[in-house]
Amino acid sequence: MAATLESFLAQGAQMFLVLAIAPAVTGITRRVKARLTRRRGAPLLQGYRDLLKLVRKDVVLAENASWFFRTAPYLIFAFTWVAAALVPTMASGLMFNWAADVVALVALIGAARALLALAAMDAGTAFGGIGSSREMMIASLAEPATLLVALTIAFAAGTTRLPEVAQFLINQPIELRVSFALAFVALVIVALAENARIPVDNPITHLELTMVHEAMALEYSGRHLAMIEAAGYLKLVLYISLIICLFLPFGMAPIDGGPVAWAIGAVIYLAKVSIAAVALGVWEVSIAKMRVFRVSEFLGGAFIFSFLAILLAFLSREVLR
Amino acid sequence: MTNAYSVAHFLAGVMLVCSFTLLYQDRIFAVLNTFAAQAMMLSLAVAWQGYVQNSPDLFITAAIAFGLKGIVIPFVLNRMIVRLGIHRDVDQVVNVGVAMFLGLGLTCLALLLVLRVTPGAASFTREGLALALAIILLGFLQMITRRNAVTQIVGFMSIENGLILAATGARGMPLVVEVSVAFSVLIALFVFAVFVFRIRESFDSVDIESLERVRGMQQ
Repeated sequence: MAATLESFLAQGAQMFLVLAIAPAVTGITRRVKARLTRRRGAPLLQGYRDLLKLVRKDVVLAENASWFFRTAPYLIFAFTWVAAALVPTMASGLMFNWAADVVALVALIGAARALLALAAMDAGTAFGGIGSSREMMIASLAEPATLLVALTIAFAAGTTRLPEVAQFLINQPIELRVSFALAFVALVIVALAENARIPVDNPITHLELTMVHEAMALEYSGRHLAMIEAAGYLKLVLYISLIICLFLPFGMAPIDGGPVAWAIGAVIYLAKVSIAAVALGVWEVSIAKMRVFRVSEFLGGAFIFSFLAILLAFLSREVLR
Repeated sequence: MTNAYSVAHFLAGVMLVCSFTLLYQDRIFAVLNTFAAQAMMLSLAVAWQGYVQNSPDLFITAAIAFGLKGIVIPFVLNRMIVRLGIHRDVDQVVNVGVAMFLGLGLTCLALLLVLRVTPGAASFTREGLALALAIILLGFLQMITRRNAVTQIVGFMSIENGLILAATGARGMPLVVEVSVAFSVLIALFVFAVFVFRIRESFDSVDIESLERVRGMQQ
């Protein structure tokens, strides 16, 4: 019973850990970008201050916005937070491990995205519609690729449940696996597209020709905007955690680990997330944004890579059997 | 054994990815660089087979692949492009998305076919044959989807890469055959070069489509 209580507390700790670090992760990326372009950049805590400011401000609603427009931000935040809290970060023996399934994660993210796209069209402005249609185009290409990546890993590990996958990978000897390399590239491309990063979307622009995510959030203000911004921060952490969990799970506490192993796992996880955030900043500075109509080719590349990954995994399994 | 297998699998898999990149890429110099990368991966794969199978003649094959297809042929094609003055984009008959999906279909076909046909063979052989057949079919697809003569040549050369990969996986291709194949490819390159320049002289373009309108000796 004590173990159950401990794992419950650890799950809760992880849930609040991802929420607490989310604005800072985006802050690191912004800071790296600013330093590399010879600007000073906002302090790392700017994300928290922005959220606080938005929560305090009044909400301005469009005249014909319905109840859906007002409730969607909270639902989007909730879906994203649940998804981010389920991905194993520091340990794999947590309370809700049974729910941490890749397919369930894709469904949760998809639900949040559908809500945002619907809410964006609710106010009836043109930009919301543009943003929604572009977001759906990106999603229709990114989701199959995500599922194929998950299936590639599941092919090797025999399960789609993330904690078991992570444990399987930790216990494997280090090997050269071309299918994992391809799946990694595919998942990174998908993560860039899903988080509205360069080259698919520029997260800091409000130029109407290019914006995707910002076009959908354009009508929001005050605490609603704070919810959507927080969901965006969480989504970045979610994808970084997912990539870490699937491809670099080393250092994660085992299923029967105690508080000490969890603490070590948390420190290693934070180090890995910081490195990923810095790498994202360097990547964004070193590449230009694509035209919207080329995004389908870029994401098609992710689909091709993940498909090849699963084909190669299939081939090596059939040949070695 | 598994380690030896996984390195061979990795190198052959990267060659397959290079084939897809050749199909995807529409800038002519990038096509050449990808082709050179594929040839270098081929030479690594052949050298690894030589090390694993303990047969030194495969190292000669690897050296030929590296020198001829990794360096000489891309260099010659590069000079050709510069002299032809075609640094522009490669135009395609079908669009990139359709070509990629056709390529995926062909890869599935190759894998399923080889796995079905060779149930008793050694794992290296099946692996090599399956990926080599995929690379060969992708080379054919590249020759079909391109209209530019130079990228068609690259497609032809990548078919030859696939053939060498199949031969080394299958064990026991004599060195004489390999050397003669390498030199016939080199001769083919010169024939292609002469042809491309003749085509350009006749039509002011290396677009193959202009050949379709030729009906006999009209000039």
